[in-house]
Amino acid sequence: MPAASDSAIQVRRLSVDRGGTRVLHALDLDVPAGSVTGLLGPSGCGKTTLMRAVVGVQIVRSGEVTVLGRPAGAPELRDRVGYVTQAPAVYGDLTVKENLLYFARVLGAPAGRIPQAIATVGLGGFEGRIVHRLSGGQLARVSLATALLNEPPVLVLDEPTVGLDPVLREELWQTFDGLAGQGVTLLVSSHVMDEAARCHQLLLMRDGRILASETPEALLERTGTTDLSQAFLAVIHAQEEERVR
Amino acid sequence: MTPRITVATAVRVFWQLRRDPRTIALLLVVPPVLMTLLRYILNGQSETFNRIAAPMLGMFPFIIMFLVTSITMLRERTSGTLERLMTTPLGKLDLLLGYGIAFGVMGVLQSTVAALVAFGLLDVHTQASAGLVILLAAGNAVLGMALGLFVSAFARSEFQAVQFMPAMVFPQMLLSGLFVPRDDMARALQWLADVLPLTYAYDALARVEASGSFDSRVARDLAVTIGVTLLALALGALTLRRRTA
Repeated sequence: MPAASDSAIQVRRLSVDRGGTRVLHALDLDVPAGSVTGLLGPSGCGKTTLMRAVVGVQIVRSGEVTVLGRPAGAPELRDRVGYVTQAPAVYGDLTVKENLLYFARVLGAPAGRIPQAIATVGLGGFEGRIVHRLSGGQLARVSLATALLNEPPVLVLDEPTVGLDPVLREELWQTFDGLAGQGVTLLVSSHVMDEAARCHQLLLMRDGRILASETPEALLERTGTTDLSQAFLAVIHAQEEERVR
Repeated sequence: MTPRITVATAVRVFWQLRRDPRTIALLLVVPPVLMTLLRYILNGQSETFNRIAAPMLGMFPFIIMFLVTSITMLRERTSGTLERLMTTPLGKLDLLLGYGIAFGVMGVLQSTVAALVAFGLLDVHTQASAGLVILLAAGNAVLGMALGLFVSAFARSEFQAVQFMPAMVFPQMLLSGLFVPRDDMARALQWLADVLPLTYAYDALARVEASGSFDSRVARDLAVTIGVTLLALALGALTLRRRTA
């Protein structure tokens, strides 16, 4: 695990209850600055809850979440942490351009950044389209573009590539890689294991617990497997055996 | 609160309204049509019609703005855009005042159109100037809007939001004195009427209609109306939570 000073996001003993059930069990994790960290695990394992805690909209039971040295959700983080929810949070009755203009004004980003954000998500030519007429994948990209406008140093992206064309998905992962190269910290969730290989750091999650936190290469080596799905299975089996014992 | 974001939010709500010309048409056309209907229902009783015309000019925008804003705000809550906005520098008051400005302007327009029809075509004549009646009617619209924003916090679905209209608005209308003078009601109902905001909004219009002057009692009624509007907006801000379970 990297030293605390190198991590953009630190989570310590984080527990969250929802509807009387514990959904996150005293999580400890670090997200290294300037990297793409993949949060992988099956649907319902607590990925979204963890991300909500990182952006500061989740009521937490106990523990600490620190982002860029500040408690998660602190007012001074609100234009420094970009959050893209799993369900696209955009206005269906506005055009792509209008959605971006509104979020640019809210985030205090110059309108001049809009064409670049549109190009990054591959929506050139769709500026004047009413958002609710777009496909699900296009909708998700509008939502992603709104978070890129003010170029925040931390991006929390909840399943940003679901339902996307493979070519576009590849392009987005390259974009994420490029952003990390510029020093941006990305926490990206996915339930698709083949996306895990694109991440610099992996957090494997299951039933509200982090099972592994390491690089894809280290995970493969430690588990003696050749692909990450196998590695994830190996980690789960190891954990279950430990529990039985 | 940031003026830039408040204004951006008001502009965004206008953009959304512009995409919905049918709603705008209904907002502007329904009140004068109902006024005309009332005029011919009270065909031989022009005195009665004349007495209730001015207060009715306030009732329509009150009801319609209550309904429109409670549903619009509920949509913001359920579509995920509210959660997204709560992670940005947008302040709760930016959102509420943004809506307040946009729907307040619509309320003024609506009252103006209805008043022009009433004074110009339906031969309504009051002791007060048309300008004063329009101003007070617009005050009713803003009150309805503020209450609508507040109650939207307690509705989980649009069905529920619609039901709040008969639950919250009808009793206030019945008790305001529009149908039966409050002095003729059971004593307990008079007390109840004294604590309901619409009573004061009604009184202001009924008083200027009868006396034609903006006296201290009208000023008191107006002060109560404005006070309740601000209170409802403040309570509405309390119901907007950055952190949720």
